[in-house]
Amino acid sequence: MNGNAQVIGETPATACPQPERRRETRLEFRGVVKRFAGTGRQEPVTAVTNVSLKVGEGEVVSIIGPSGCGKSTLLNLSSGLDKPNEGEVLVDGSLVSGPNEHVAFMLQKDLLLPWRTIQQNVEFGLEIRGLSAKERRERSTDWLGRCHLTNFAHAYPRQLSGGMRQRAALARTLAMDPDVILLDEPFSALDAQTKMILQRDLAMTLVETKRTALFITHDLNEAVSMSDRVLVMSARPGTIIEEIVIDLPDRDKPFARRADPKANRYVARMMELLGLDRLDLLPV
Amino acid sequence: MTNATQASAIDRTAAGSGLFAWMRWDYVLTVLVAVVVLAIWEYLPGLAGIPSFILPPASMVWKEFLRALVTERLVGHVIHTGLAVLTGFALGSLLGMVMGYTLGLSRRAEFILSPYILGLQIAPKVAFAPLFVMWLGYTIYPQILVAVLIVFFPVMVNVLVAVQTVDADLINLARSCSATRSEIFWKIQFPASMPPLFSGLRVASTLAVIGVTVGELVGGNTGLGYVLVYGEGQANTPLVFVAIVLLTLVGMVAYFAVIAAERRVLHYMPKPAAQGF
Repeated sequence: MNGNAQVIGETPATACPQPERRRETRLEFRGVVKRFAGTGRQEPVTAVTNVSLKVGEGEVVSIIGPSGCGKSTLLNLSSGLDKPNEGEVLVDGSLVSGPNEHVAFMLQKDLLLPWRTIQQNVEFGLEIRGLSAKERRERSTDWLGRCHLTNFAHAYPRQLSGGMRQRAALARTLAMDPDVILLDEPFSALDAQTKMILQRDLAMTLVETKRTALFITHDLNEAVSMSDRVLVMSARPGTIIEEIVIDLPDRDKPFARRADPKANRYVARMMELLGLDRLDLLPV
Repeated sequence: MTNATQASAIDRTAAGSGLFAWMRWDYVLTVLVAVVVLAIWEYLPGLAGIPSFILPPASMVWKEFLRALVTERLVGHVIHTGLAVLTGFALGSLLGMVMGYTLGLSRRAEFILSPYILGLQIAPKVAFAPLFVMWLGYTIYPQILVAVLIVFFPVMVNVLVAVQTVDADLINLARSCSATRSEIFWKIQFPASMPPLFSGLRVASTLAVIGVTVGELVGGNTGLGYVLVYGEGQANTPLVFVAIVLLTLVGMVAYFAVIAAERRVLHYMPKPAAQGF
């Protein structure tokens, strides 16, 4: 996230490779179906059906789809907070049966605890994992630095802007050192400029630390500029209708990617798949 | 000209000290209100021809206070009432917290127990006072018990609602880190319940005084409630006023003690806009 990205800049080919099929799979869905029991006399709702996907080591995969298509359900299944009715979810090759330390998530809400300082918030997960105070302090100080929050370590969340709070949430997520990071529209509540800056910082960090990420978003430009592949979901019951490999260099530089004319073609294709190009036919 | 520029410069640059000056002016007004009220109390009864055994003027109440301080051992009564308020408040709040957290964490416990707790709340607890005196005698215990019963409910309700309304995503965050139930409670639910708990405690601190007073009115030979009844029996209206004023002061001390604790515990919250409350 800081200035020493030149190593990656020299070797864009390795930094933003085509998804290599041979690399190790970190997160995998096999024929996953998730239904929610209806409340009262309501019919049960099938949120997602027949979802199969793989996210490889160091890969960033985005999921886009119409609202209510079950994107967030996929995230809850990955983190082990929910269990599928059919099919399997695997992280690092082992079946996800409950919350585990391979996975960490970040939501649109920063979920910072108002009674803890920023540093204490970043240490939250480490504390639960039982790390020693010294170790926690070292790791949180490191991540606060990388997320440009060193000066705010001892501030309380209410004293920070929305963008800074989201940075702190990111630092907390990354400090857990997860194999897979789940991001559920992490920047959608931010203003456009803050959002772009945080996208850039996140993209750099993901490449630098070679993290695997599943990125849920409804921002098509964000999906194209941040990921190796984009999975497009249908309306409920959600299922993956198309996989788009983003064949662009510089995954650590979303600004450069946005400027690439090819990016627009990907966005256009996604709009077509989501039916957004036919939106003018709908009464507004 | 220079004066005007200076003044506006101060307004713009030193908003802090400007605010401070304004607040000081408010303090002056607050004191002024007290002076006006005391003046009315002192002179209106005489002007309106109200006899002093109905409404004694302020100076008479003050003289009675000074007399009772020595002859009626007023300090002892104040300490007695204060102690009962403190104990009743502490025990009642503790009970309210335990029940609030238990019911908040367990839907089943809430379902089973809520009708009875509601019944207990609706029953006029003051009516229990004579019963407690019959059970426990002319001691401090019935007074404490009435206070506990009154204090319990607002604390419990606030804690209960606070625990139930904690953001589910916060709990999921802790769960995703493999937190245990007790870690979720101590690291999320308990601290998240602090602001509503303190609003419950504020109410409780004033209710505790009412509970103790009722207990003392009904039975006993110590405490300000007793002084009140004693004054009434002697047709000593000024003494009744002395007791009322002292009870109010005990209540205010209790209330501001809670406020002081709240400011320490909830230091991470934005400062309340209103001063003094």
